[in-house]
Amino acid sequence: MNKIYPSAAAALADVVKDGQTIAVGGFGLSGIPEALIEALRDSGVKNLTCVSNNAGVDGFGLGLLLATRQIKKMISSYVGENKEFERQYLAGELELEFTPQGTLAERMRAGGAGIPGFYTKTGVGTLVAEGKEVKEFDGETFILERGIVADLAIVKAWKADPFGNLVYRKTARNFNPMAATAGRVTVAEVEAIVEPGTLDPDCIHTPSVYVQRLFEGAFEKRIEQRTVRKREAA
Amino acid sequence: MAWTRDEMAARAARELKDGYYVNLGIGMPTLVANHAGDLDITLQSENGMLGMGPFPYEGDEDPDLINAGKQTVTELRRTSYFSSADSFAMIRGGHMDLSILGAMEVAENGDLANWMVPGKMVKGMGGAMDLVAGTRRIVVMMEHVDKAGRPKFVARCSLPLTGANVVDVIITDRAVFERPDRKGSPFRLVELAPGVTADALRAATGAAYVE
Repeated sequence: MNKIYPSAAAALADVVKDGQTIAVGGFGLSGIPEALIEALRDSGVKNLTCVSNNAGVDGFGLGLLLATRQIKKMISSYVGENKEFERQYLAGELELEFTPQGTLAERMRAGGAGIPGFYTKTGVGTLVAEGKEVKEFDGETFILERGIVADLAIVKAWKADPFGNLVYRKTARNFNPMAATAGRVTVAEVEAIVEPGTLDPDCIHTPSVYVQRLFEGAFEKRIEQRTVRKREAA
Repeated sequence: MAWTRDEMAARAARELKDGYYVNLGIGMPTLVANHAGDLDITLQSENGMLGMGPFPYEGDEDPDLINAGKQTVTELRRTSYFSSADSFAMIRGGHMDLSILGAMEVAENGDLANWMVPGKMVKGMGGAMDLVAGTRRIVVMMEHVDKAGRPKFVARCSLPLTGANVVDVIITDRAVFERPDRKGSPFRLVELAPGVTADALRAATGAAYVE
């Protein structure tokens, strides 16, 4: 069974449909599936619900799909870096479901793990708790949050083997492992597909069962906040 | 006369203890790391890193290595990386010793508001609600009054909450307040900045506190 595709467009060709819920890996612009987002844009697919911690920036990442109005709804924890997002949201053209970052990660993890809901203390006593079931455990109050299962997940990894075992690099891991488990179909965009047997089986982050398709991408890897310190003068 | 941001950070650093695992919020709280001295502190970044190092030298920036503020950082010998779910498991699960955050308002009952102003574009709560819900001890650093001169330590928060009954210590540019528990004990004034009188502080504070 070949999971390797020649390009993002080929990997998405017959799995993308209007109105789908798509889980997207990445934190800010780090570890985002750059080519898959571009391929989604080029596919012209519409009315998407994107589950992603952030919404990219103008002209990069999910900002590309916002510019073309292909996103109907975002489920995110923080969307502050995107002017077009703000414009569409204030104009009532875009739905937004704010979810605390840890709750969002756990909702994807739970969805992928067959857990339809879980109780958390995050958000108790806040707007996030409105309309949600409340339950006491050992004298403390918790709210019920729902697991998320997505029609499609698009993730970015550092290395993969041809079977779809994935390894991420540093903080580019972030939401990618949970997004990979939450997709009914998961497509992985990786920096390198390596020979079978060269990834240490003890160090696989996402086992191959979660990944249906993969391809090698070419990444821009844009940095949002370049911060440096001065070298000490010699 | 009041404390500078750096002096506030130095004061906040006195809340650190040797061996602590700490999450520092974006903005002023990041300054606290400069004042840790010889304490063995492990910084957590909620995007998936324990043992966060300083900013990289120019030319060493790595787009795969950023903090929760999306700034480029470096790793240390103790560093570990993990997923966002694991990151918030350690936060929500009560494994983090301390978090230092900024605030728009803190109420006398420990309620915290720091994510949303109704009528203004909301950027989102990010990980703040998870951090205040799960971290063992929450220290807030904020200006004592807002730009219009109104108190930020208030009787009741007027802004939407980030967490209810979650704040343990408040460090402002004028004073430090602390409460011993989250079971109804009031905040107590524990320090005044140089030149700030008890009367002046009371006049600039909306909350009731023990002096």
